[in-house]
Amino acid sequence: MTASTERPPPDLSGGGLGATRRVGDRVFAALTTGAGVLVLALIVAIGAFLLTKAIPAVQKDSTNFFTTKLWQPDNDPSVFGIAALVFGTLLSSIIALVVAGPIAIGIALYISDYAPRRLATPIGYLVDLLAAVPSVVYGLWGLLFLAPHSDKFQQFLSDHFGFIPLFDLGKNGVVGRSMMIASLVLAIMILPIVAAISREIFLQVPQANREAALALGATKLEMIRLAVLPYSKSGVVGALMLGLGRALGETIAVALVLSLSYSTSFHIIDANVGGNTIAANIASQYQAAEPLGQRALIASGLVLFVITFAVNALARYVVTRSGKRAAAV
Amino acid sequence: MSKRIVAEDVNAFYGSFRAIAGVSLTIEPNTVTALIGPSGCGKSTFLRTINRLHEVIPGARVEGKVMLDSEDLYGAGVDAVAVRRTIGMVFQRPNPFPTMSIYDNVAAGLRLNGIKNSKVLDEAVERSLRGANLWNEVKERLAKPGAGLSGGQQQRLCIARAIAVEPQVLLMDEPCSALDPISTLAIEDLMTDLKQRYTIVIVTHNMQQAARVSDRTGFFSLEATGEPGRLIEIDTTEKIFSNPSEKRTEDYITGRFG
Ligand SMILES: Nc1ncnc2c1ncn2[C@@H]1O[C@H](COP(=O)(O)OP(=O)(O)OP(=O)(O)O)[C@@H](O)[C@H]1O
Ligand SMILES: [Mg+2]
Repeated sequence: MTASTERPPPDLSGGGLGATRRVGDRVFAALTTGAGVLVLALIVAIGAFLLTKAIPAVQKDSTNFFTTKLWQPDNDPSVFGIAALVFGTLLSSIIALVVAGPIAIGIALYISDYAPRRLATPIGYLVDLLAAVPSVVYGLWGLLFLAPHSDKFQQFLSDHFGFIPLFDLGKNGVVGRSMMIASLVLAIMILPIVAAISREIFLQVPQANREAALALGATKLEMIRLAVLPYSKSGVVGALMLGLGRALGETIAVALVLSLSYSTSFHIIDANVGGNTIAANIASQYQAAEPLGQRALIASGLVLFVITFAVNALARYVVTRSGKRAAAV
Repeated sequence: MSKRIVAEDVNAFYGSFRAIAGVSLTIEPNTVTALIGPSGCGKSTFLRTINRLHEVIPGARVEGKVMLDSEDLYGAGVDAVAVRRTIGMVFQRPNPFPTMSIYDNVAAGLRLNGIKNSKVLDEAVERSLRGANLWNEVKERLAKPGAGLSGGQQQRLCIARAIAVEPQVLLMDEPCSALDPISTLAIEDLMTDLKQRYTIVIVTHNMQQAARVSDRTGFFSLEATGEPGRLIEIDTTEKIFSNPSEKRTEDYITGRFG
């Protein structure tokens, strides 16, 4: 695309030994450089677009954009802020990660170390397949199946574990399309991705490391602790962060499942309280919004962009740091 | 305390492929027994049947009996994990735990056995590293990763790790094949030392090494590729190298093999 027009003309003047290979090398280097530059350009372009739309909108906001929970940009005066949205985005994603992470790692370990080979391969395919299911399907399933069928479970949590603030239903609370259900749908959605990547990482642990542990008289669990997990730690952190990234940005599944509101409540099983996320809010509001409302939504998108960026940077930092420790010489 | 190993009619399979057939031999306590033979004849496979490591490979299984003194290691109710705690192993390629420090590598087996007392661990680590002839080279950097050592040092680290738990038998699969002559000599001296306390079985391609360190030597061979490997003969090292009973052994030792 841009790269091919900038490609230097093949240099055949050298003519000597290996000259053609050098030309091939240079063409390929130019192509890859072009691709790299393209990515950078895209990020800058997106960032600039978001900024130019977002800044004027935020300037028209009559309240503090960062601390306001309401979202009424098209009112006069315009009132909107991202506090509730950021809260809901982080809360639902973190719950999803806490629920899905251990299960996904368990599935990955089962495939890499426990399942008989006859089972490991088909289960692996199944996980890959689940990772490819579009999120709208998870959303519909959460709305039409999980939410109605988990009333009893949510009621049970509130009856017996209501002393934990998370499961406190309060006086007027009702169970249903709560933050917890939305988070669980997110958890189920990111589970196969995290499991699939972790499995690849566990399979890369050299057999020699496993045998070193076994030969010392390690049980299977001890072998995993001694040889598998330390070796794959940074990769698994990367997998978890990828899952978190997907949960943070999930739009349609949350918009479908969650009963939307602008609250910052930890009562995650109360559907009256509900909640919202940045991405779901954009999806549900954009069509009906006036121009200022649309730009306000873009401003919230910029915040999501920054959060995702920060999460990725953090993940990268954790991975390189633990990777360095592993490879330190 | 070292023990006698008696193998009776051992067959080992990878899936449907039989890698060794009908191996019967006795390994005396407090001796070094060398296993020699051409590549692919099943020396490593046989060694791994002794500590029940063969069966961790998917589809692999063992038939026959391996007795450690009076106990059949493949008997019903025998725990493979317990077997591996009494029989240590050193692999051909050094395989220290890459994320662990030198200290933690040596202490790993002891910690598996539930030893947490740091004084006990300190002593055992020093004793094992001295035993493996590595102490002087690493005593200043016990907290550094084991993967940062040279190949020969890593192999001695693996030996230290194996002897730290005081096994009754030590299996060594070509432990010197990646080492320089000085490290090799250090490890050979070590074996002579260790046999006071352990029963040692070593696989080697190096005839001089077999002649130098072993009391008894077993020769494995196979008729043709695809056929299972067999034990051709086992006898005192002196006899095998001077006057073997089998022509094939003599051919192999004098380099007239194949
Ligand atoms: N993991 C495995 N799966 C299938 N076959 C195997 C496996 N490991 C070894 N074999 C086969 O078993 C036979 C014996 O192998 P083994 O490694 O025991 O030979 P060896 O005598 O140790 O050879 P070398 O001297 O080269 O180390 C060979 O034919 C080999 O191809
Ligand atoms: Mg071998």
